[in-house]
Amino acid sequence: MQRRNLIAVAAACFALPALPAVAQTEISWWHAMTGANAEVVEKIAGDFNATQSDYKIVPTFKGTYPETLNAGIAAFRAGQAPEIMQVFDVGTGVMMGAEGAVMPVADVLTNAGMTFDKSQYLPGIVAYYSKPDGTMLSFPYNSSSPITYINKDIFTKAGLDPEQPPKTWNEVWDMAKKIKQSGAAPCGYTSTWLTWIHLENFAAWNDVPYATYGNGLEPGGVPELKLNAPVFVNHFQALADLAKDGTFKYGGRTSEAKQIFLAGECGIFTESSGGLGDIVKSGMNYGIGQLPYDTDAGGPQNTIPGGASLWVFGGKSEEQYKGVAAFFDYISKTEVQEYLHQKSGYLPVTLAAYDATKTSGFYGQNPGRETPITQMMGKAPTENSKGVRLPNLPQVRDIANEEFEKMLAGEQDAQATMDAIVERGNAAITEAYGG
Amino acid sequence: MNRSTFPHRLLPWLLIAPQLAISLVFFYWPAVQALWQSMLREDPFGLKSRFVGLQNFQKVLAEPAYINSIQVTAVFSILTAFFSMAIALLLAVQAEKIVRGRGFYRTLMIWPYAVAPAIAGMLWLFMFNPSFGTLAAIPRALGIHWDPLLNGTQAMGLVVAAASWKQISYNFLFFVAGLQAIPKSLLEASAIDGAGPVRRFWTIVFPLLAPTSFFLLVVNTVYALFDTFGIIHAVTSGGPGKSTETLVYKVYNDGFVNLLIGSSAAQSVILMVIVIALTAFQFRYVERKVHYG
Repeated sequence: MQRRNLIAVAAACFALPALPAVAQTEISWWHAMTGANAEVVEKIAGDFNATQSDYKIVPTFKGTYPETLNAGIAAFRAGQAPEIMQVFDVGTGVMMGAEGAVMPVADVLTNAGMTFDKSQYLPGIVAYYSKPDGTMLSFPYNSSSPITYINKDIFTKAGLDPEQPPKTWNEVWDMAKKIKQSGAAPCGYTSTWLTWIHLENFAAWNDVPYATYGNGLEPGGVPELKLNAPVFVNHFQALADLAKDGTFKYGGRTSEAKQIFLAGECGIFTESSGGLGDIVKSGMNYGIGQLPYDTDAGGPQNTIPGGASLWVFGGKSEEQYKGVAAFFDYISKTEVQEYLHQKSGYLPVTLAAYDATKTSGFYGQNPGRETPITQMMGKAPTENSKGVRLPNLPQVRDIANEEFEKMLAGEQDAQATMDAIVERGNAAITEAYGG
Repeated sequence: MNRSTFPHRLLPWLLIAPQLAISLVFFYWPAVQALWQSMLREDPFGLKSRFVGLQNFQKVLAEPAYINSIQVTAVFSILTAFFSMAIALLLAVQAEKIVRGRGFYRTLMIWPYAVAPAIAGMLWLFMFNPSFGTLAAIPRALGIHWDPLLNGTQAMGLVVAAASWKQISYNFLFFVAGLQAIPKSLLEASAIDGAGPVRRFWTIVFPLLAPTSFFLLVVNTVYALFDTFGIIHAVTSGGPGKSTETLVYKVYNDGFVNLLIGSSAAQSVILMVIVIALTAFQFRYVERKVHYG
């Protein structure tokens, strides 16, 4: 898939110089979308280019999220940065630390004579991509939220009600055991992205702190991880216990577990709402529920946005910034947002697009598609649920994944695992802050 | 003589200029940059940088993860070099015995060398995928709980297998050539004296193959150390835990995932020193000691 895209991009690069020279301002957009989501990128860019003749958006696929971020950084260092770059949620802290390299989206829009009305956008998402003073730094392009998917056929076979997805983690454990013991499926539960779902969103959804200083969002000091609190330890001990007899099956650090669920091996699955496309395509008899919460904590609160946003690099010409502003204005349009939301499973970022999708009856025909939005917007975020922002969140995730793997292999218990994550993570965070 | 070949003093320089330019651009320039970077502390974008001397090296060498990575690299390299050479030698000796279709078998044996490391990694990953891998049924049938995603030893086994498999072809080629250079008269004479095939192999063939074996040992070590990044990236990404994170993989992971540019540069400078040492060792010591028959 990626290789094919690369070839297409390479071909496009060679084809470009052959085009007749027009007095058009070219704006490059580096992205990390594949499959159905890459088609959405191409269509949006193509449609924008067709609506006007002053600017031309040129989307370029740059690999996975981390690869795209790295390509952008390397290009910036070489003085060849693109105008727009898609950066995944955990790269947000990295980009925010790069003041001087980036141009805040709020400034791009106001300099171009446009007004940026924050109240038009979904509040949780805008807050996540803003500075503490409220200046929006990047444009939310694709936002997602983790939800629960169930295989209804397996539920029926196991004697569970297929219309009742689990609401709490205790229900997940019980149902998973029942699925395994009844022989309805070889495994009860699997999950993608343990770090994003079981640490970052677990903390926000249950209203418990991930780290001090408002999970790193508030200035004033070096945040310290709070992940070895009892609520986390108990949660992961339950997971580790279920892993022993295969009731919980580990798929990998990112979205590999999707294959396990699609193969019908497990009955319950937690994954990004952005992963819906592939599940629909597989023809499975699936059900959707909100992310489970922990009954020992203060949840359910609200989930935090995942996905990615579009960053604008600094040092470009005024004409280029005008083009970027025009493009952002275009993708904020209700019909574009509606298309993005319904085609990809990502969240609409404007309230108008959300309302339009609602009135169109889309959620009636596609039950569960509203779940990621309601669980993110249901409640005003608390200090624990605005998001997590560390300058080296990718590294902290890596550390957590390594320790999880040791735990799931039976080498250490949950207490030791969470302690190790906190200790190693804090050392890495201090280092990243220049300690 | 020289004068007549090169009428001008500048001509020899001109002739080697392309090679020099390539070395300068693709080796010396990046190497000097890495050396400079390894002494800086910098944010990912290079907006702020500070000279810290050898601090990055100190930190890297004191890091438990780095020590772990050295151990992982040692285990991985020794196993990969051993298996790829041992299996290639066995196959080469067996291929020598075939009278009909020798060329056909040899051609088949050489094919895997054309496979890119990342593709080789993917092949093995799919074949041994615990869920749908065809060959994963074998360990399962043997009663082994096969899960290379969580079991570090099994993950190491998988990357060693993939890395060795890819290198067998190359070694096979050299061993076949080495075997052909062994005088048949020696083997025949010992056969007449009553030495069996096993004895003939250990007393005549193996010692006479020493130059080839030494050459391959160096090549295979360098291969296992530096050329297996693609395989590890595709199969395990250094996991589970850090059980397959080799030195080269750690350079990539720290530099490109964790964005610790200074530490990553320091690690690559250390690797550069290792390569220089290995090469010097090969030229100064190994080449002289080995008896070229």
